[in-house]
Amino acid sequence: MQSPPVNPTLSVSPKRVEPRCVEPKCVEPKCVEPKCVEPKCVETESLMSDFVQAFGLALHLVASFDPELVDIVGRSLYVSLSAVAIASFIGLPLGAVVAVYRFPGRRAVVVLLNALMGLPPVFVGLMVYLMLSRSGPLGPLGLLFTPTAMIIAQAILITPIIAALAREIVRGLYDEYREQLCSFGARPRQMVLTLLWDARVGLSTAVMAGFGRAMAEVGAVLIVGGNIAYATRVMTTAIALETSKGNLALALALGLILVVIALGVNAVAAMLGGASTRRYA
Amino acid sequence: MPILPLQLDEVGVDIDGRRLLDGIALTIEAGPRTVILGPNGAGKSLLLRLCHGLVGPSTGTVRWCGDDARQARRRQAMVFQKPVMLRRSLRANVLYGLKLQGFPPDQRHERVADALERTGLTSRADQRAVSLSAGEQQRLALARAWALAPEILFLDEPTASLDPGATAAVEAIVNQIHGAGTKIVMTTHDLGQAKRLADEVIFLQAGKVAERTAARTFFERPESEAGRAFLGGELMW
Repeated sequence: MQSPPVNPTLSVSPKRVEPRCVEPKCVEPKCVEPKCVEPKCVETESLMSDFVQAFGLALHLVASFDPELVDIVGRSLYVSLSAVAIASFIGLPLGAVVAVYRFPGRRAVVVLLNALMGLPPVFVGLMVYLMLSRSGPLGPLGLLFTPTAMIIAQAILITPIIAALAREIVRGLYDEYREQLCSFGARPRQMVLTLLWDARVGLSTAVMAGFGRAMAEVGAVLIVGGNIAYATRVMTTAIALETSKGNLALALALGLILVVIALGVNAVAAMLGGASTRRYA
Repeated sequence: MPILPLQLDEVGVDIDGRRLLDGIALTIEAGPRTVILGPNGAGKSLLLRLCHGLVGPSTGTVRWCGDDARQARRRQAMVFQKPVMLRRSLRANVLYGLKLQGFPPDQRHERVADALERTGLTSRADQRAVSLSAGEQQRLALARAWALAPEILFLDEPTASLDPGATAAVEAIVNQIHGAGTKIVMTTHDLGQAKRLADEVIFLQAGKVAERTAARTFFERPESEAGRAFLGGELMW
């Protein structure tokens, strides 16, 4: 290292010669380039036709109720609907209670719920993974890489969303109802039940927002489910896998179904919301 | 057994550090229709809410002095300026109060039908309450209160946003409820309405009771300077 004055003179001169010799070689590929353009064109063409082909195949898979496709879609719905049911069962009353009851730390709970709405799915997946892994506290249950684990992860992910939205909706109605309910002599528990019932249309949109998020989510189910074929593979994880494998047809077919479900849920939510504003304006 | 009279003893109410009612000493007895008058911001609505128990006193005491005072919560009702319509049918709206106040199930449906009949809403019993016009909504609010057969009914400017026809309908219903033995306490800033309905007047000025007299006395020869100025249409604040 400390002998540069000697070495450079020795080594530099041959090195300098070498690149000069190689240069002509570098020129050659440049000459070849025109040849390279052709295959590129061919590739994009075949990609386009691949895409068209895949699209056709995707439609065929959907139309023919391909068993693998049906299995994946069915599991997706099972996992996400179960997660939404659990999250609603906890989140709706929780949101209503936070809206109506006065207790120390209520503001902190509201801030926490709102913050948890943005919980990153991969982080939730990781936490649930750690809880359920062999050495984790819930390891003995043997739930890791099962649909149940995926339901747990998604329920954790969307409970804060449903609770925060429910609080917002119930709070709005409570502001309007409060004096009348007090006048009737309603106790807080009765108020919560009344508000949950009377806000049912608005709350159903909160539930659907949770469902949409659960269906579209990849990170958490991938980590705790493992994307095992015919066991824990759902639409989003299958799309990610099939795309990287180059099996565009199945990926596209699943993507199409996912989009239809997502749009359908949003359309229903919008229709309910529209109906509710017409009726309750 | 009655819950009245209602006694307010040197009551003051502070909201956000401001004293909005001060030194209120009133006894409200069964019988005459009491109308609370006063300029905007005098504390009329707040006084009603205080009596009804929606607002607690900051100082002093509000006390039901009748033999049945423990039942006070269940024996009073209130109708608000902007009626609160539960997101249900008319019938369910009336039924709701009866359920909460613990009326026996076998009485409820008869009471609901009765109240809707008297307020002219029977034909719309199964409609959604929010689909009613403002005047009909206020009639439903009256039906809801009436079904409870309260001993005392508070009304907070019940006709403030209604047209003359709807106002007349509300006044007629209020008179019927009074005729059935319910004490009426209402606020209004419609002097014509006060003259039509009031048996006695409580005149509020800047959070204090400026005068309490029989209605005839108040409208002919108000005892307080503030009352004279109010009737004369002078600006006050």
